Formats: sequence, C-alpha cells, structure tokens
Amino acid sequence: MKFSLGANQYYWPKATIAEFYQQAATSNADIIYLGETVCSKRRELRQKDWLNLAKELAKTNKQIVLSTMALLEAPSEVMLLQKYCANGEFIIEANDVGAIELCRQNKVEFVCGQAINAYNAPALKRLLGMGMQRWVTPVELGRDWIKQTLDELDSQNLRAKFEVEIQAYGHLPLAYSARCFTARSENKSKDECQLCCINYPRGRLVDSQEDKQLFVLNGIQTMSGDCYNLSNDIASMENLIDVIRISPQAENTFTILDDFIAREQHSEYRKLPTNHANGYWHEIAGMQTI
Amino acid sequence: MELLCPAGSLPAVKAALEHGADAIFIGMNNETNARHFAGLNFNDKRILQAANLINQQNKDLHIAINTFARPGDFKAWKYSVDKAVDIGAKALIIADMAVLDYAADKYPQAEIHLSVQASATNKAAIDFYRNNFNIHRVVLPRVLSLQQVKQLSRQTDIELEVFAFGSLCIMAEGRCYLSSYLTGESPNTVGACSPAKYVNWQQTDDGLESRLNDVLIDRYQDDENAGYPTLCKGRFKVDDNLYHALEEPTSLNTIDLIPELAKANIASVKIEGRQRSPAYVATVTRLWRQALDKYQQDPENYRADPSWMTELGNISEGSQTTLGAYHRSWQ
Repeated sequence: MKFSLGANQYYWPKATIAEFYQQAATSNADIIYLGETVCSKRRELRQKDWLNLAKELAKTNKQIVLSTMALLEAPSEVMLLQKYCANGEFIIEANDVGAIELCRQNKVEFVCGQAINAYNAPALKRLLGMGMQRWVTPVELGRDWIKQTLDELDSQNLRAKFEVEIQAYGHLPLAYSARCFTARSENKSKDECQLCCINYPRGRLVDSQEDKQLFVLNGIQTMSGDCYNLSNDIASMENLIDVIRISPQAENTFTILDDFIAREQHSEYRKLPTNHANGYWHEIAGMQTI
Repeated sequence: MELLCPAGSLPAVKAALEHGADAIFIGMNNETNARHFAGLNFNDKRILQAANLINQQNKDLHIAINTFARPGDFKAWKYSVDKAVDIGAKALIIADMAVLDYAADKYPQAEIHLSVQASATNKAAIDFYRNNFNIHRVVLPRVLSLQQVKQLSRQTDIELEVFAFGSLCIMAEGRCYLSSYLTGESPNTVGACSPAKYVNWQQTDDGLESRLNDVLIDRYQDDENAGYPTLCKGRFKVDDNLYHALEEPTSLNTIDLIPELAKANIASVKIEGRQRSPAYVATVTRLWRQALDKYQQDPENYRADPSWMTELGNISEGSQTTLGAYHRSWQ
C-alpha cells in the first residue's frame, strides 16, 4: 500500500503552507498532491509558487502531482489550468473533465480526481485510453461498488494498468457551488468575500438545531460534518486499493499518516472518535459508522 | 429559443402540449433517470403513448437517461438508451461517460444532449464531451453567472440549454453528494435527492419538525410555511447563528432575463419539475409561452408582466423566486 497527502482543501496563510510542506518533505508519504482545488481567489501561493514548491519536493523520492480546480467557471480559470497542464514536468490531478481534455492536448498523464464522476468500468476504460494513471474513487462509492467495478476491469485485463486511491481520512468534499458559504456565513457576498476563509483553517462547522455536526463550510465547497476515517477498514482494502489518501489537517496530519501506516502493518480495531464516520465505505449513509 | 417543459406523467405531457411547449423531456420509471420518484415517469407502454402524442403535434421529445450506471446493472441503462432511440426520441439527455460511450457508439446518428448532471461548466469540459462522445448540446449547470454564460457562448458554437424556472439546485449538479451523506442515496446513484422515504414530519412542543433520515432539517412555528426537507434548504447553526446556511427555500425564475439569454444565443430554456403536477406544468408552460412570444414580437420593449411573476411565485418553493447564480449578488 502507498500513502498520499491529498491537496489541502482549506485556505491557509503562506507561512503555514510552507511549514506544512517542509514537514511533508520528510514525512512517510509516498505521493504528495499540491495546488488549489477549491477557489481561484485563494492566492497565498500563486502558480509559480506551487510549481517551485513541486520542484523542491520532487527532490525527495516522492511522486509529486499537481492538483487542479474542481469547479471552473471563468475563462481565466481555464487559462490557468491550461498552464498547469502544459508544465512539462509533473502529472496532473484532474478534478474537472476540462483538465482531462487539456491533458490530452498536452499529452500529459493524469490522475482522475475524486470530483470527477467516473462511476463504473466502461467510464474508467475510456479514461484509461486518455492517459489515466490512477483513479481516486468518488466520495460516495463504497467497497462493494468499487470491487465490482474493478472485477469487471480485471476480466478485461485492464486492472493492472492503473492504481486506485481512496480518501481514508478527513472531511469529505461533498458539493461545489457558485455561492461562497463561508462568505455567506459572515454576511458577505462572494465578490466581497475579503478572503475570509483564511480565518477558518478547519472550515466552519454547521450544526443542526439539535447540535448534530452536519457539514463543514469551506468556501464554495460543502464538506461532511464528520471526519471520514477508514482506519478500521484498511484490511478490507486489500487487493482493491493501492493508495490511501490522508487529507491535510490543520493539526496532526503526520501523526495521522504514521498511524495509518502502522495500522496497515498491524490492524487493530479502535472505536472511532466522536464525529468520525466510515459509512460510505460500507455502502450506507456517509454520516453513519460501522 | 426553444421552450422545453418537464413531464412526469401523460397528463403532464398533455398539459405541456396544450399550453405551448416546443419540446418535452421525460424519463423512464427506473433508476436511469434523475427524477426517479414513486408513482412518476413512464413505463414501456406509457412512453410510447407520450412519444405518439408529441409526434402528432410535431413537437420534440427528449428522454433523460442521466444517472450513473451501477456496476453489474449496465443493461438497465443500455435498455433505456435503446428504448429512447426505438420510440424515435429527438434527443437523449445523458450524464455518465459509460452511457454516453454506449449511445454514441451504437447510435452515431442519435442527438445526444449532455445532461446537467455531467456538470460541464467551461469550454474545456465541453470540448472533452464533444471530442469523445459527439454531443450536440450542453445543459449548463446552475452555477454560472449570466456574464459567464455569455462568455461561454462566445467561446463555443455548441448548442447551449439553460435552466429557466423551477427548483433551484444550488450545487454544481452531478457533483453533490449531500443526499447520500445523510441517506445513502443520491441523484447520481439512485436518481433522487433527499428521497421521500427518509422524510419524517412531527408536531412537537418546539414546532413542526421536518427530518431526513432522522436529521433535523428545519423546525417551523405556526406562522411559517413548511417546505419539503431538501437538505440544502434547512435552517442550521453556524456558531450561534441560526439561518439557512446554504440556501432558503426558493425557486429559480429567469423570465426577466429572456432578452439576455436570447442575446447569449441560448438554444433552449428548460423548465424544471418532472416531479410536479400537470397543473404546475400547465401554468409554467402557459406563462413562459406568453413571455417568449412577447419577446419575439417586440424584443426591444420586452418586460416581464407583473402578473406572471405573481403566478409563478405562487407555485414556487417558499413562494419566492430568485435569479440564482445568474446574478452575481446571489453568489
């Protein structure tokens, strides 16, 4: 099993990002995804900064992947994406099919990100033909769905041609909107957001009127209220999942990463903390826990 | 601009035809369509009747096959595609790459419209689907501002269809998993958002409570209108603020924007609501027909009639309407 750090979903100050990736460089992660995937107004690091960071991190033995935006609305965003796809050095994590099209034009291989709806074997077969190296499973798919899909590809001798990755830790990106919900929570419009999401390094919690933690607001993204946590499910990923993804957290990311690595070697059941869930993997509501 | 109206039953098809639809979109009563609700939609016999009614009046039939195929069950999606072609539908509305691949390969002459559930919001994404699956038209997600719709229209010569009226999805369609997070079922996987079987209403001392899979979505006092607990339209708490954290119960209404949409070269305006009654279909179709005809007759002096707004408001969620993402201040 390999382990990856997904692209950071939150908006952190430049110094915090730098510090995080300094630690990432010496961490036990095999793969590091870099880049802004949520909102093009988040520019603590600009494109050249991300590319420089990628070059720096590439000096370690890790695979570096440039992650790209999930929701592309303005032509300027597509132009920036085009520059990423033409970087000439790093492969791309596509989070919109537009990135796949630009990768194809630039003859760049890609990781099919979790925001792309590749739900079944015929879709993955087409994506393989376009240069897909790795499939990050859509957040709502569980083990049985993934297994059936991969079995079908195996029967066509296609399974060995790509890797399968799953986000195993962190709040799940559940939706993308034109609206910025963090700005809305401060009574601001998106055009006058003042980049207020930088004040919420863990996003903003949304609770029901009965204090059940439902969602996390993260700019235009709505995330799961519970932290997805598949630490008890690593054994059931055997022969299915090649890469376990840890989504960067404001605290303890590398302790969590090391814990997952240790749990792969010695699996032991531990009760999940409050507000953690693993429902999707078990084909039930995402917020539930088995 | 084509007026494209929804129908979940034969009476709704008749209502749309009677009140001036140019085209009607429907789906089969199986999991291949993103409005898969009990008691709605068309079996093999009914879909043929619908096709005949629509053909007799020289109107167009579009069939939505716009969920994502479950592994092992792909035959259901193939069946829907085969059936749609067999009964002579003018267009197939498809989202899943697997289904697009099947339809484009088996029926190269079929007119394929990219469903809103495929979430194509930019030129590169449109090129992706066009180059790989020979699509003819794109239904744009309800996340673009009017300015962005215009920019996109200038960048591509593919036909564009926009949502003009009806329930407002505030997330990029096809990429919203909120429903499966709470219930295990989503538009992508089973063709339903916030499915009715998980809904529960209870009168309590604190007010009328609506729940989805036991999660409290909203609580209404006696003087408040209670709405269906679509989970993105509930009242939740952020810190100590209780408000509609994502969106209020409201419907999209762009009847004011007809001139702008026409200038943006929009091919078709779509009315949402296959799950709504024939009376709803009749009212919306009649008013939008009037509006489009009025614009056609005198584009320079087009103004939405206040009485249309009142009537449309009455059949809207929460009795209120919005321009949604088309207007930047909403975002």
